[in-house]
Amino acid sequence: MAELFHRKLERTAIGFVIAIIAAASVGGLVEIAPLFTIKQTVEEAPDMRVYTPLELAGRNIYIREGCYACHSQMIRTLRDEVERYGPYSLAVESKYDRPMLWGSKRTGPDLARVGGKYSDFWHVAHLTNPRDVVPESNMPAYRFLARTALDTDDLGRHLQAQRALGVPYTDAMIANAAGDAFGQAAPDSPFAAGVTERYGEKTQVSAFDGVATQLTEMDALVAYLQVLGRLTDAPYSNTAAPEQAPDPTN
Amino acid sequence: MVQQLTTGERQNALVILLAVFVVGVAMAAAGGSDPLGVHGVIVLLFGGGLGALVMRSYYEPEPTLDRPSHYYDDPIKAGIALTLAWAIFGMFMGVWTAAQLAWPDLAFDAGWSTFGRLRPTHTTGVIFGFGGNALIATSFHVVQRTSRARLAGQVSPWFVLLGFNLFCILAVTGYFMGVTQSKEYAEAEWYADLWLVVVWVTYFVLFLRTIARRKEPHIYVANWYYMAFIVVVAILHIVNNLALPVSLGQAKSYTIWAGVQDSMVQWWYGHNAVAFFLTAGFLAMLYYYLPVRAQRPIFSYRLSILSFWGITFFYMWAGSHHLHYTALPHWVQNLGMTFSVMLLVPSWASAGNALLTLNGAWQKVRDDATLRFIFVAVVFYGLSTFEGSFLAIRPVNALSHYTDWTVGHVHAGALGWVAFITFGSIYTLVPSLWKRERMFSPVLVEVHFWLAVAGTLIYVFAMWNSGILQGLMWRTYTQEGTLAYSFLDSLVAMYPYYIARAFGGLLFLLGAIVAAYNIWMTVRAVPASIDRRTDVPDTGLAPGAAATPAE
Repeated sequence: MAELFHRKLERTAIGFVIAIIAAASVGGLVEIAPLFTIKQTVEEAPDMRVYTPLELAGRNIYIREGCYACHSQMIRTLRDEVERYGPYSLAVESKYDRPMLWGSKRTGPDLARVGGKYSDFWHVAHLTNPRDVVPESNMPAYRFLARTALDTDDLGRHLQAQRALGVPYTDAMIANAAGDAFGQAAPDSPFAAGVTERYGEKTQVSAFDGVATQLTEMDALVAYLQVLGRLTDAPYSNTAAPEQAPDPTN
Repeated sequence: MVQQLTTGERQNALVILLAVFVVGVAMAAAGGSDPLGVHGVIVLLFGGGLGALVMRSYYEPEPTLDRPSHYYDDPIKAGIALTLAWAIFGMFMGVWTAAQLAWPDLAFDAGWSTFGRLRPTHTTGVIFGFGGNALIATSFHVVQRTSRARLAGQVSPWFVLLGFNLFCILAVTGYFMGVTQSKEYAEAEWYADLWLVVVWVTYFVLFLRTIARRKEPHIYVANWYYMAFIVVVAILHIVNNLALPVSLGQAKSYTIWAGVQDSMVQWWYGHNAVAFFLTAGFLAMLYYYLPVRAQRPIFSYRLSILSFWGITFFYMWAGSHHLHYTALPHWVQNLGMTFSVMLLVPSWASAGNALLTLNGAWQKVRDDATLRFIFVAVVFYGLSTFEGSFLAIRPVNALSHYTDWTVGHVHAGALGWVAFITFGSIYTLVPSLWKRERMFSPVLVEVHFWLAVAGTLIYVFAMWNSGILQGLMWRTYTQEGTLAYSFLDSLVAMYPYYIARAFGGLLFLLGAIVAAYNIWMTVRAVPASIDRRTDVPDTGLAPGAAATPAE
């Protein structure tokens, strides 16, 4: 019977194409659509803040340079990962991430909780030449970031595009995007106060690459790395034990 | 190529190329110093260059009236040349990036040459450049022969082939400049993605119209797979790449999917790019070139049906196995794992069907390196689909995820299956397509075969070792209950394997260069001999002349 039907089906190209679409659509629909409708998929985290313009610019540099090819930003619910990197990652932490950067390969370590783990100075030295800091490292050197000025003219447009997609940037954030980017890396400038006013007291304002007068791509990338894992405290208040405890004897 | 077109068709081609040129100018103007502007220049040069090529032959004599009684092979020939060019480029980038992991200073202190920017040039170069061109070229060949009908278009096959290559060029040149969406295996930005949609819809229409012209009542199984490949890749591509550009003058865009939903969309795409680009399309090659080369019909029609629908249905559920133990809800992870394990049934049905087709022709496998390419492809297909199902099991994935084991698995599939079946198909196709009695040098096919086998085995074994070692080191505890190794310890342990991997990849690249030389010499130096009269479409004038493999 089944074969008889298939004999008919394979005589009609359009019918065959429709059958392919029908068979191939089910999996995606069942697995993706509920992620938007089931509320528990993304946890509540009222303290979750958006990226500052400088951090967003840094994130775009992280994407541009393909950092995600070697660094994950997703600590799994496994004991050894939690002990090595920190509390496991929650969905809410990447709810403003377009695209997400969970990664798929750890040639280098996970970076989900790297924010605050090292000093700005360490990051600059490490990005300038990783082997100066970690002799065995195989990470590329990113000296050119420190000599490339950060383009801030269009940051407002970036924030606007993000808002159009649902990220809660305010009008003030969009209007002051370029100034806030400068201010976050220039603590003594008049622009610095606006950053903490709009993005919260916890926002790190510092001369990330050590030079407060000029805003470089190094500033942006370090600002982004320093905020990783620090947009919300939710993972730290999550007391659930990691899912799987490996046997300590092996 | 232009000689095959009538004056009207040449005009159509010129109109299309002019449109491409104008779009290029508009992009260059809107983009300015943004990478989008550079891409505009590339697009206008592409349109203008090809336009000049058409103009140069514009006044040459029109094709003879018996054109419909021949297959349309020119785009296939160009497609094979492009396949080989991309193979060498993509594999070279692979060897370079592999070497950078062992010797990081091979980036020479520039931005464009760092690992992060080069890696997608490798993946796009081999998957889309090499694999995609091979799929387009062979699909044009197979659909004509199995339908005994000429392609249903004169300009559109060129549009599909060259348009697809323009997409690949935009993608790869973009990565060097840092233009990327960062979505794995879908890094190209919004304008390249839009262009690919145009190309792909044309491809779909062309393929379907050719099928509609068939002189056989049934659609041959290879064409089922090509149809699934074309249709599903279109769906995946569009959904995964929905994005909002920052402005029309900028390359940068933000995807409409965020966070956990984006992770699921990305791996639904990513895993099914494997399924419908790297599996379904290449199974189509298998179902045609295997029976042709072995001179034996496919073992079982029922197994073909079972594996086709199994693959089409199950694969789409499997993507979430890339996200085990992450912030993706548990129920999705379990669904992904379950369907990944079930996938073994249709996968092995295909592999078994192919091996049983060869059963009884083992002396041919022994003597004929081309058939041996196909045989090894089937073996690696069976192995890597087993490995895939195995790695999708949650506790196994806890060890293997984030490690080189995944990389080894991918390359067992990409080198052992995809590249082997492609080269086996090309060696089968080239002499018949150019009407040559044989390949230029059977010895060089043999050399290529052993280089490729050695390269694949060295690569895969190196990555199995490094991946499992890495995974174990990360989770090893001391007696006191603390982690035994720092991350750096695990990296230091990887270096010998990274060197071995680069060497394995180098052998595979050398094999591809040998293949390109051998094919080039076959076209240039081997005398024509095959009788043209048997390899023509059924136009009602020469009944039953074409040979088709039995089901």
